[in-house]
Amino acid sequence: MKSIKFNPDLCVNCETIDCLMKCQYVTFSDIAEAREEKLKINDGKDSRVLHECLTCYSCQEYCPYDNNPFFLLVERQEEKGVLPAPKPIVEEQLRMMAPKGRITKQAVSGPVVDMCAFPMLTGCVRGKLFEGASTIVGTDIFCNIMWLHFAKNSTIRERVPQMIDNIMSFYLKDSDTNELVCFHDECYGTYTSVADAYGIEVPFKPIHQFDYYNQRLDILKDHIKPINAKIVYQRPCSNRLCPQTDQVLDEIFEKIGAERVPRKYDRENALCCGGVPRAHQRDELADELVEKNINDMLSVGATYCVFNCPFCMATLGQEVAEQGLMPILVSDLVQIALGE
Amino acid sequence: MTTDLINRLAKIVGPGFVSGEAEERYLYSMDPGTMPAAAPDAVVMPANTEEVQQVILLANELKVPIVPMGAGLVLSGLTRALRGGIIVDMKRMNHIIEVNPQSRYAVVEGGASQGMLKSYLKKHHPQLKHSMPDAPPIATMAGNVCIHGSGHLSVLGGSHSDMLTGMEVVLPSGEIIRTGSCSVSGEWFARSPLPDLSGLFVGWAGTTGIVTRLGIKLFPSYKHNDVLIFVAEDADLMPEIISRLTSTQVAEDMTPWMSPKPAWAKGFLHINIAYGAHTKKELIFKRNLLQASVREYIDQKIAGFLPLPPPQKGRFLEIPSPDLARFADLRKGGGFEYVGALMAIEHFPQAYRAGLAIAEKFNVSYSLGSRIIGAGHCMMFFFAYAFNRADAEDVKRASDALEATNEAALKIGGIPWKAEEPAQKQIIDKMDPNTFALMDRIRSVLDPNQIMNPGNWEK
Repeated sequence: MKSIKFNPDLCVNCETIDCLMKCQYVTFSDIAEAREEKLKINDGKDSRVLHECLTCYSCQEYCPYDNNPFFLLVERQEEKGVLPAPKPIVEEQLRMMAPKGRITKQAVSGPVVDMCAFPMLTGCVRGKLFEGASTIVGTDIFCNIMWLHFAKNSTIRERVPQMIDNIMSFYLKDSDTNELVCFHDECYGTYTSVADAYGIEVPFKPIHQFDYYNQRLDILKDHIKPINAKIVYQRPCSNRLCPQTDQVLDEIFEKIGAERVPRKYDRENALCCGGVPRAHQRDELADELVEKNINDMLSVGATYCVFNCPFCMATLGQEVAEQGLMPILVSDLVQIALGE
Repeated sequence: MTTDLINRLAKIVGPGFVSGEAEERYLYSMDPGTMPAAAPDAVVMPANTEEVQQVILLANELKVPIVPMGAGLVLSGLTRALRGGIIVDMKRMNHIIEVNPQSRYAVVEGGASQGMLKSYLKKHHPQLKHSMPDAPPIATMAGNVCIHGSGHLSVLGGSHSDMLTGMEVVLPSGEIIRTGSCSVSGEWFARSPLPDLSGLFVGWAGTTGIVTRLGIKLFPSYKHNDVLIFVAEDADLMPEIISRLTSTQVAEDMTPWMSPKPAWAKGFLHINIAYGAHTKKELIFKRNLLQASVREYIDQKIAGFLPLPPPQKGRFLEIPSPDLARFADLRKGGGFEYVGALMAIEHFPQAYRAGLAIAEKFNVSYSLGSRIIGAGHCMMFFFAYAFNRADAEDVKRASDALEATNEAALKIGGIPWKAEEPAQKQIIDKMDPNTFALMDRIRSVLDPNQIMNPGNWEK
């Protein structure tokens, strides 16, 4: 088993310990304490951070050296048996999301859109935006990144290579493309950031959904009817693994006439939707996060609440709608602008 | 004899509502369970209490058995005509007579269905609801009360017979009587403070009279509703978990379930906990109480609540639950039956293990579960088996499994619920002889001609 790419010397000499000092959920009295906890994690010792971590991925983005602090933390949690959620909850979900072996060969042609394990969202792939697209979906190609929330790096190591092999053998190998458009940016994070850090080989080229939309909007620019609306954006945890795509999203919003209204909990300061803390049995914290997010969204006077992650939308969408904002996925917003 | 019977019944209810034809006799000879068919000589559908009375007087005159029937969904064959005679199908008596929103009760006719009252309340009294069993909506309220049924408000209000406020009954002798407050004041608010004569008609498998009207308690219908699913792996923890969750007294319904399907659920013990509130704040308060009651297990990481985003909760909030119906169709072929046994909560682990052992021994498709009744006062533990009615071997396997389950339930200290005729005999064998002697004496007084559903509660 390959170990995670990580250089302890970078942390020893780090001047900021941003990975912990910027954390929105675990607090430290000063940088000295943060450094002490970080070095404990690096050395394989117990640290309160292993127990208090919300598993929001943010430290991956905060680290100025791309030293994979979050992946290492999850590794340590699993080594030490620090379960963020009760064992039956983890075990049952492991079974739910396990590959079912129901995959069959399917002729696909580009663009091939990976819908991860969200069959209910395949209807999103329609119209001019996805013209000629094929979709692939199911637990046999599930990206498995969710196990980062449950101290299960071993499952990622075990299942991700199998998923990659399934994607190649059953779909891409005999197709006209080597590119895979990731509808869920968790998949993109898996096939880029996770694969790189864990030493997993990816034989295809993952394309982030935002890059795909951005390129399509250039092609379809004559069809764009600017929506001229203010929107707030709920940035998901997985986007911390590909922060460069946030700028692409800005370009998309600009092209379709959507004003991304600045709010407190956006960009690097994005706040968890509350879904994962509920799995960790921390409902009161989840309630607090939902309330903070909603109040923040309402304070800036937007029409739409735009989601990147379907799970964030499932968690927050009803609450958002009850407060008068329209919950919508990025792809659907783009399609509105394309008159669809 | 049969022609004379049909003609005389037709004079009472009209020719369109009586039949002695082979088709009807066949359809009314069975229910979806494993009990063998037993056909009536005639089926009659009275429209009102007076017609029920006349049918019973006729049956007395001719010494013909009478079998009362609601929707015929009891599954344990209680509405089969074991000794022939007349099945009295109550479906025409389906009126909702009264809803008292202030004192929260409804008065309905003996053939009124669960679905009818649900939709009536939704339309006319959206602030009220009644406790629905997980039966098809055509199941009748009278039938369910008379078998000591339970449902979606049973943690809050006990079994459905506990929610009974009074009855109008036609006795086997033809007299019409009332029980509860309606026998004195004309209002149907309670069974107390009078001698509780309703007990003469509940749990007797239709051997003591025909219920033509009944009063049932209604409860607040909340704007906000939620469900939690608690998951554990150790059956021995379940009694204490149930005790802690019910001690909060905020749940409306609690239904543990253990099933090999879907595959992810096999080996885990789940408890669905439904609760409601007038405001979101109140809902969260109740959720916090429930979670705090089992926090010790969560902190030990040995049990916890399944994370369910709001869109996934809908199916668990459906009333009646669609899950049992899905399971019932597992084997295809329309066969489904279960042993539900009332028992003390502490026997949960034994019941669970007995169910697993029996399912393995008889190689039957199973689903185990229970419904908690009251604040953890007891439970109806069910052992459900699906089978293909067209496959005689499959029916036999399920039937043998049910018999073994009845024995196991009795051995554990439970009592088979709505027991089929053979199981009634198993119960009688364990019953205090004086209790059974009293049952016999009561019936001989009420039913001197022994016309009411004979073959049930007999040695």
